[in-house]
Amino acid sequence: MLIYLIKRLIGMIPLIIGITFISFIVIHLAPGDPTQFLSSMNPKVSETARDKFVKMYNLDKPVHVQYLLWLKKFVKFDFGESFSQDRKKVIDKVLERLPVTLWLNIASLALVFIIALPLGVLSAYMKDSVFDKALTIFVFVGFAIPTFWLALLCMYYFGVILGILPISGLTSYNFAELTFFGKIADIVKHAFLPVALSVFGSLAGLSRFSRNSMLDVLNEDYILAARARGIPENKIIFKHALKNALLPVVTILGLSIPGLIGGSVIFESIFSIPGMGQLFYQSVMMRDYPVIMGILVIGAFLTLLGNLLADIMYAVVDPRIRYRKKS
Amino acid sequence: MKRQICLLILLVFIAVFGCSENSDKGEAKSKTGLAAVAKTYGDALVDGSIGDASNLIPILATDSSSHSVASWIYNGLLKYDKNLKLVGDLAENYSVSEDKKVITFNLKKGIKWHDGTPFTSEDVKFTYELIVDDKTPTAYDSDFRIVDHIETPDNYTVKVFYKQAYAPALASWTTSILPSHLLKGVEITKSPLQRKPVGTGPYKFLEWKPGNSITLVANEEYFEGRPNIERYVYRIIPDSATMFLELLNGTIDMMGLSPLQFAKQTDNPRFNDKFNKYKYLSNSYTYVGYNLKNPLFKDKRVRQALTYATPKDDIIEGVLFGLGQKATGPYKPTSPWYNPNVKKYEYNIEKAKSLLAEAGFKDTDNDGILEKDGLKLKFTIITNQGNSSRSMVAEILQNSWSKIGAKVDIRILEWATFINEYIDKRDFDAVILGWSIPLEPDLYDIWHSSKCEGKNLNFICYQNSEVDKLIEEGRVEFDFEKRKAIYDKIQEILAEEQPYTFLYVGESLIALNNRFENVEPAPAGLMHNFIKWYVKKENRKYIFTQ
Repeated sequence: MLIYLIKRLIGMIPLIIGITFISFIVIHLAPGDPTQFLSSMNPKVSETARDKFVKMYNLDKPVHVQYLLWLKKFVKFDFGESFSQDRKKVIDKVLERLPVTLWLNIASLALVFIIALPLGVLSAYMKDSVFDKALTIFVFVGFAIPTFWLALLCMYYFGVILGILPISGLTSYNFAELTFFGKIADIVKHAFLPVALSVFGSLAGLSRFSRNSMLDVLNEDYILAARARGIPENKIIFKHALKNALLPVVTILGLSIPGLIGGSVIFESIFSIPGMGQLFYQSVMMRDYPVIMGILVIGAFLTLLGNLLADIMYAVVDPRIRYRKKS
Repeated sequence: MKRQICLLILLVFIAVFGCSENSDKGEAKSKTGLAAVAKTYGDALVDGSIGDASNLIPILATDSSSHSVASWIYNGLLKYDKNLKLVGDLAENYSVSEDKKVITFNLKKGIKWHDGTPFTSEDVKFTYELIVDDKTPTAYDSDFRIVDHIETPDNYTVKVFYKQAYAPALASWTTSILPSHLLKGVEITKSPLQRKPVGTGPYKFLEWKPGNSITLVANEEYFEGRPNIERYVYRIIPDSATMFLELLNGTIDMMGLSPLQFAKQTDNPRFNDKFNKYKYLSNSYTYVGYNLKNPLFKDKRVRQALTYATPKDDIIEGVLFGLGQKATGPYKPTSPWYNPNVKKYEYNIEKAKSLLAEAGFKDTDNDGILEKDGLKLKFTIITNQGNSSRSMVAEILQNSWSKIGAKVDIRILEWATFINEYIDKRDFDAVILGWSIPLEPDLYDIWHSSKCEGKNLNFICYQNSEVDKLIEEGRVEFDFEKRKAIYDKIQEILAEEQPYTFLYVGESLIALNNRFENVEPAPAGLMHNFIKWYVKKENRKYIFTQ
């Protein structure tokens, strides 16, 4: 097992380098460069300014040289400094934004699992019933409705008309003066709409998935056999069927890990959440190469890690896979 | 397991709905807090902004958010007053020498930086040296490159020696003066002042939550008197629909409205009970620029015809809901430099047709499109993505110009592509864009023929030796009347030649919570006397205990 792990980890290194190389080239293929946003179409900006910025950022060098310069820093885990005017370190910029996105995503991911799994199981069990059909409609409505539209409606209704929820942001202006519980309440209130809406939007995928997976299992012969042996229905569903039906969920969990750091631009803009989605979008629009690369590399790394974790987890929860590997 | 899940869901619901009570108490507490302050001093203004600031050392930033926050923190030697006249700010007064090459500033005495250090002429000299230093990544150095040297005979006198006389130089001294005692010998791009600025201005920096808000607090020792509003909060709300909801909810006090919001969505008692609306002409105009290297647009009669066929009134009515004025040249109608007596082009299709006929355009093959020497009057208007008024204007023009036999296509492009591949490479027929109107009237960068090549801003390549000469004269004339005569003449020539079809100057539309008193709109906008605004005690919303 350990050797397998080390092998996989070492195998990730050329993969990461390959990913960074391709990303770097693709980013530079897009027209425009960071300097033009500092200088273009502004008569007050001097002509020498642009040349100064170009030299400062090494933009006058060929792309492959720029890549090697970037790579040289990267192997020392240095992502460099942002090209934008704040000149912050990329890692600081990311760390500043990461916690918000991470917590919101973890909260909604957890809720999606908590809500969608039982729903999926239930609708598989009650296949083709009214409940199953109503649920199908409900989750697909959530899937199909544009979130920004629903978000604005909810903000108007709960915020302006009823006045029970704040409209946007993460905390109230007087947050620092609140008591400990007041702070928690404030955060929950602010997070309620973003989390609720993102959960509503992503119920469909997982609940459909678990429904199908459950249906497959319920059609297996051993369930029929269990029923024939007179085992109570409860036990059949939760002990025999669910356990097996949930196996593929592990894969989904593994694949969700990189998604945890990627926020949604539309969502974060609507709710004024200074998260990763906004940062990435702004960086792309500004052609802020170091920040784009930083986020891409972290994302790529987490994807690879997620895959690895899923594989390991699979082996842990499913004896069949483990045994096969040994033989 | 099922039960556990149910329990969890229940817990979440309790957490969510059990909280409303608590946080109300929190709010109430802050309202009834300590309030032992002067009669007019207190409360906060919460301003809404689409974008976060990037850098609070203003010479290092080119985004408007940074500049609008920094404008409360720093002062220049000079500033524009409410009627857009240059007056002293940190400088008590200034004088220009006989040969116009030396400007002498007498500084006000007793001004202190926010950290208590006295402000002196040394700070002015240092700021100049910093701006022209090659290691400083500033975009605003060109006006200072023509300074020969600066002398500081004493702590409160600054003499600036120019290599040549240059009238726009005066306006360049509205630049924020930076503290030399904190920045000397420091690498400017590493300075903590980028995120924790220290200035001389009416507000001191308090806190910056990236992507969230910037908070400033009144400077008690400000040399024009302590501002009445205790805090200025700059809240970043990237989505304008959200910002509007926050405004309705009272969580922000001020925002710029879109014409649609101003005209249609704020005309109800719910809104009018809480807010005042203000409008004044903005500092920018929208235009159609013709690539003068394109043989189609070489003849001025063609350009005049297109202008005659441009329904400016309909555009203002349809796109801006009437919230704008027709533009006739590069200055706005309320500017002191505006010349009202230039040739105007009232919408007139017949006149446009006859001008085109005069220029030799005829529809010989009966396809509805005019042509001359085998060249069809057919071209593409390009504009940038993300500005819906520009794309609406393009559609109106497409329709209107088809009536005089011009076939127009529209292309809407992402900004970087738009600039790099089309504007910078001069690869376009006609373009819809806007310019901001700087308070300093110099037109060199956009209209002088030397700015036609490269990536310069005269991208339509307008070349007129008379205009060139006038622009050059305007740059060395300090006297207002004489200078105005020069720019009046330029406006007449531009109006006659129509290298641009000047479309409109939009209106700045501001909604402001009506608890603020002493608000006085002027040509300079709304905020020019912000430090004199106040909120009556019974109307105060935020009370700070510190």
